Amino acid sequence: MRQRVVFLIFGTLTSLALLACGGKKDEDALMEEETAKTSTSAAAPAAPAAASAAAPAAAPATGGATVTGKVAFDGTAPTEPAIKMDADAYCKSQHATPVYEQEVVVNPNKTLQWVLVYVKEGVNGSYPAPTAAVELNQQGCQYHPHVFGIQTGQPLKVVNSDGTLHNIHALPKKNAEFNIGQPFKGMETVKKFDNPETGLRFKCDVHKWMGAYCGVFNHPFFAVTNDQGAFEIKNLPPGNYVIEAWHEKYGTQTQNVTITGSEAKTVDFSFKG
Amino acid sequence: MPDRGFAAGTGATNVGLHRFAVLLAAATLLLVFAGGLVTSTESGLSVPDWPTTYGYNMFTFPLSKWVGGIRFEHSHRLIASMVGLLTIVLAVWLQRREGRRWVRRLGWAALAIVIAQGLLGGLTVLLFLPPAVSVAHACLAQTFFCVVVTLAVVTSPRFRDRAPRSFSATFGANPLARLAAWATGLVYLQLLVGAIMRHTKAGLAIPDFPLALGRVVPPLDAFPVAIHFVHRVNAVAIAAVVGVLVARAIRSRRPGLARLSLVLGALVLVQIGLGAATVLSRKDVLVTTAHVACGALVLGTALSFGIGAMAAERRRGNVIPMRPSLSGRAAAWK
Repeated sequence: MRQRVVFLIFGTLTSLALLACGGKKDEDALMEEETAKTSTSAAAPAAPAAASAAAPAAAPATGGATVTGKVAFDGTAPTEPAIKMDADAYCKSQHATPVYEQEVVVNPNKTLQWVLVYVKEGVNGSYPAPTAAVELNQQGCQYHPHVFGIQTGQPLKVVNSDGTLHNIHALPKKNAEFNIGQPFKGMETVKKFDNPETGLRFKCDVHKWMGAYCGVFNHPFFAVTNDQGAFEIKNLPPGNYVIEAWHEKYGTQTQNVTITGSEAKTVDFSFKG
Repeated sequence: MPDRGFAAGTGATNVGLHRFAVLLAAATLLLVFAGGLVTSTESGLSVPDWPTTYGYNMFTFPLSKWVGGIRFEHSHRLIASMVGLLTIVLAVWLQRREGRRWVRRLGWAALAIVIAQGLLGGLTVLLFLPPAVSVAHACLAQTFFCVVVTLAVVTSPRFRDRAPRSFSATFGANPLARLAAWATGLVYLQLLVGAIMRHTKAGLAIPDFPLALGRVVPPLDAFPVAIHFVHRVNAVAIAAVVGVLVARAIRSRRPGLARLSLVLGALVLVQIGLGAATVLSRKDVLVTTAHVACGALVLGTALSFGIGAMAAERRRGNVIPMRPSLSGRAAAWK
């Protein structure tokens, strides 16, 4: 009887230890493991350099029209609350001045930043995914950029530039959800999305204030408004298109545009606050 | 293993075993609170891996990395591990020292449940908190708490002195026990509905109180509104049943039961107040979590009352024996 009890206790404790897994690991070992995982998940050749996520992805064709425009903001700009980073002393130490939510960023010229503008309908043909990765950087416990576009199959490189740990939790509706940990500075993870969708949210469950949005497209005709509220979509071939502007709080607006050659078109939007 | 009535009639009890079971029940309540905090702070996925924590063995995860939501999720995991360990000890202890076979089996059942609960907790993380798994995790937690509370009650010296000869016969003939069973069942149902509410984000589907969307009965077309309203209606049913139970317990001339019924009644009132405060505070983290923990306390108290109601008045020869220690058994052979 006693032997059985001893065996039982020993077995259970061993199982518990196994359950908790692996024993103590040092930082380097964990970094190596993560790097290995990253290499596996990146089916495409490694991206030589990160593309600017705020800019449109490289267009595969030359010629066509350039669609530019601005997204105006009509109304009183809401006061974004200052983010309280007390939950993590590191995050707090990274900012000498208050940091504000980026949900609604109204530029001094009364335009909106972080509006994703894209061709919603009318694109024909196939556009191969660029091999250059779009980079989503976690720095100062914020995502950079806050809103970006990416093509289906294009690598998304998520980087932790912070001296604290983050989890990157993607909440897609038409792609596979993932939640990965990056406990150390310098960690990188590459992911891809197979299906187009807009409003794909990223969040960090460790730092509640961290959020970013992404639009996934099967073409390269998209852009995000900058700190002047401006966007530019290049190389749009002739055709009839529906252009949509998406904002995380104010929703979407659409406009029709017809392209006949290599002209320059202007399409402006206005969101009411 | 057959029941062995060692030292029958000696009244030998193991106070330590009972106290340990009470400790486990308290630890489980703490665990329920910690789990509630994880949901209230939406920290369930702040540790994306399981059973490891950011690649570390969960027991060696550096304290310096306990930041943000990790503080809640990782604490929950560690408390859960502690509860698991305590359950192992209790099951083994019962196996060695408890004379009643069904109590020994209940100890092993507790261990099986806590293991299943740990696996469900892992699944919730790995599957990104699907409502079905999260609700199952929440309900199994309450089931485990019920089992542990039962063990704490039935191992008490007081209960040993007054244990019924037949639970089924006593239950049939005891209106208080039947009423307590109704109360316990309704509270368990309430916790199930509450778990569904929490994990389907229906907590504020009805944002006003005491009215519901400005009416006594709101339109019930939408699931979140319907499940929220069921929670409120069932709360009224529980209050009514517990009210009757308190009245009958006071009339029963059993002071211990009367006192326990008053505690139960007070807890139900507090719980209703916390429910209202949860809505009116727009799900304040501490208020919401206190509501979850108080729910478990109401369940445990109703269950304790029911078991206590079945205990007979003190009488001779109605003592459940403990199994003697090894040294005691050796001495008996001499």
